[in-house]
Amino acid sequence: MKYRVHIRVMPRGGLLDPAGQAVEHALDALGFPEASNVHLGKAIAIDVESGSPAEAEARARAMCERLLANPVTEDFTVELAA
Amino acid sequence: MVRVAVVRFPGSNCEDETLRAVRRSGGEAFEVRYRERDLRDADVVILPGGFSYGDYLRAGAIARFSPVLDAVIRHAADGRPVLGVCNGFQILCEAGLLPGALVRNEGLHFVSRPVAVRVERADTVFTSEYRPDQIIRIPIGHGEGRYVAPPDMLEELEGERRVVLRYVDAGFLDAPANPNGALADIAAIGDPTGLIVGMMPHPERLADPVVGSDVGLGVYRSIVSSLTTAHSH
Repeated sequence: MKYRVHIRVMPRGGLLDPAGQAVEHALDALGFPEASNVHLGKAIAIDVESGSPAEAEARARAMCERLLANPVTEDFTVELAA
Repeated sequence: MVRVAVVRFPGSNCEDETLRAVRRSGGEAFEVRYRERDLRDADVVILPGGFSYGDYLRAGAIARFSPVLDAVIRHAADGRPVLGVCNGFQILCEAGLLPGALVRNEGLHFVSRPVAVRVERADTVFTSEYRPDQIIRIPIGHGEGRYVAPPDMLEELEGERRVVLRYVDAGFLDAPANPNGALADIAAIGDPTGLIVGMMPHPERLADPVVGSDVGLGVYRSIVSSLTTAHSH
């Protein structure tokens, strides 16, 4: 069975995120002063062939640990599409 | 003659300048492609700069899993020297041969200009031809060169004196000394043995008097003199 997996990779909290800051400044300049704490990350969608949802999620986590996220600077979340 | 392999990935740059710089320094230089699994008895391997695999995902993240990296990791495990320049430094961090990571420059811009760096370690295979604390003017060109590491790792790097080059204010540049926001102004680090070094500056770009200076040639002269001495013992 194929499971659609959505992975989100975000810069680790506390690390300087210059891209997030730049977007926040742009939003402010465009009249959205209520926007704060902006962070830019990556969204990755993958079809995972697997025997069970739990296994698909475990494999996707392994993909994140091995390649998709940098353990020094990024955190990730894995979600299976309903 | 000291044999130096220069690895070429899809998207590498300055590999020809690196080959030339090694030859000008009296070494034997040859190119190894990213698909090869053998470094052909190289004494030293250099991972050049560039944008391997378009920097997709993260700079160096895909190159780290190319076939040649297994050979580079074995070469390093045998205690043989490895130098990563710019994208090569990013690849060494991604491969776990050096600690930490290189992330987007603080100012977000790609920065291509000379910087001043101080040689903090003049006793590595790649820096022995410089004087300790020598300040050199050398080019950089990168968008993701901000060195970061967890606080305990930074402490370890400083405690073990593993910072090899550090950005400094030398008074001859009309620009911030630290071009990218690197923690502790780190421009280059080494592993505990000093045989694996990663640096953001591009020494091969300043390795011929015809471009105004050959100060970068010191890196390649260091390789040749260090290994020639080692061979004769």
